Amino acid sequence: MKHGKKPFLTDRRFGYLLLLPALLLFGLVIIYPVARNVYLSFHEKSIATGMVESFAGFKHYLKIFTRDLRFRQALGNTLYFTVVSVGIEFLLGLSFALLLNLNFRFRNFARASVILPWALPTAVMAMAWRWIYHDIYGVANDILLRLGIIREAVAWLGKSPLAMHAAIFSDAWKTTSFMALMLLAGLQSIPQELYAAASIDGAGGWARFRYVTLPLLRPVIILALLFRSLQAFAVFDLIWVLTQGGPGGTTETLSVYLYSYTFRYLNLGYGSALSVAIFALSLIIIFVILFFQREEVELG
Amino acid sequence: MKSKKGRMVFFYCLIALVVLFSLSPFLWQVITSFKPSQEIFSRPVKYLPSHIDLSAYSRIFIRHPFGRQILNSIFIASISTFLCLSVASLAAYAVARFKIMGGRGFLLFILLLSLFPPVVLIVPLYEMVSSWGLMNNWLALIIPYASLNLPFAIWVMNSFFQQIPGALEDAAKVDGLSRLGILVRIILPLSAPALATTAILVFIFCWNEFLLALTFMTRDAARTVPVGIAMLSGASQYEIPWDQISAATVLTTLPLVTFVILFQRKIVEGLTAGAVKG
Repeated sequence: MKHGKKPFLTDRRFGYLLLLPALLLFGLVIIYPVARNVYLSFHEKSIATGMVESFAGFKHYLKIFTRDLRFRQALGNTLYFTVVSVGIEFLLGLSFALLLNLNFRFRNFARASVILPWALPTAVMAMAWRWIYHDIYGVANDILLRLGIIREAVAWLGKSPLAMHAAIFSDAWKTTSFMALMLLAGLQSIPQELYAAASIDGAGGWARFRYVTLPLLRPVIILALLFRSLQAFAVFDLIWVLTQGGPGGTTETLSVYLYSYTFRYLNLGYGSALSVAIFALSLIIIFVILFFQREEVELG
Repeated sequence: MKSKKGRMVFFYCLIALVVLFSLSPFLWQVITSFKPSQEIFSRPVKYLPSHIDLSAYSRIFIRHPFGRQILNSIFIASISTFLCLSVASLAAYAVARFKIMGGRGFLLFILLLSLFPPVVLIVPLYEMVSSWGLMNNWLALIIPYASLNLPFAIWVMNSFFQQIPGALEDAAKVDGLSRLGILVRIILPLSAPALATTAILVFIFCWNEFLLALTFMTRDAARTVPVGIAMLSGASQYEIPWDQISAATVLTTLPLVTFVILFQRKIVEGLTAGAVKG
């Protein structure tokens, strides 16, 4: 740059230039598709009928909210899956985090083992679970039979209330590690002096947990619940590989429904309307959880 | 209160249970992959193979394009990770150093973007990929993978860049380095640990991705390993080659197991950097 002349490339312009590639990628892969979804959701468009587009108005949305029983079932399944699996993994994850936060031999090995389920591909581990749940040669049946918990082999993925709970168990296995990791990071940010002070004041183990750990962990807990609820709400890989939504649609979640409907009937218009509905429902989850966070802040 | 020794035993039993819970499905795949075929289908279940049989490992390569699928996964995940990190470090640096329109707001906006279920993008992305003739093309996965991992990468890189003292950059400026020179010769080398952490995590995300790979890779030889393994199920549920699936599972997850053992601490830091400290 020459002295005295104002350079064309100011810091601010240089900053935007650095941001440009990221904005381009966001635009291409996230922003444009979301906008395109909204547009398509008001149109008829089917790959089967040669990609012709025609205006459909609110037709798709009307169908989703009034006549589509499969959507209703999938919504119910998804909510059940989300609440139960996130609930279980929160309790498990918190216990794991409290254990791993202590000082003991082999702690690094224990931590590495707990991270492992998170790092492995969901689809691949879902295949592993299908083998574990196998009705004839599966190890789940074998162990439970030997322990005398069940009397005869069970078709875990083939019967209605069982399949959903088998899926929830696999999901809890897979994602408890993420919850444990986040909560562990939160635990480590709590100053040790607080525990010392609480002990001097005569607080026992439970009181220290209740009045020191939980309140200070609350922001991390809310964040972890937000992440995990949204991920569970969008569950696809696990269900697709385990059951494809069966038996009889009893494990079909919204993502699986959207996928199978769109690519079985090649109806892009209706698929887009379903996408927008799922998008809106995710927004509701975000607002509900953030609302609770606001309330906690106001109370505290 | 019980004796100290008793409590220690109880505590280590709890830890052992947690470790067993986390490892057992993976270990079961390892055991299954070593079993001779007839012992896989035996009742009652045999918990240890009579001898170690590695034939499932050769069959997975001979009967399926598994070698090709591993190469697909390696290339797609590596190129996506490289693209994602290049773009993310530029953006993260811009947000960390230059006071551009709502730096904090931009970070919150991309955090929000990363929260939405990827399945809602599948219809328009499918439309784009098929109309541009990119089905079964690596680009159909590389560009979405790089973009979808950008929010996470920008968050982690940004929180790291903010810790680098501005005085360092001023000194470099005095020494006559250009702005791009500062980024490439000062900031990026200093951030090597953060870049490595982010790269490991983004690579894992790309290696594990299923939905887009399932949709855009329709030819068997074009598939990535997670889809390849999930598609190994035969026409009926009685034809599933469980021995080959377990061998493929072990081969696919081994790099991840290695990553986790080697970089346990970095993974924990990286995963929680954006979320907890942000």
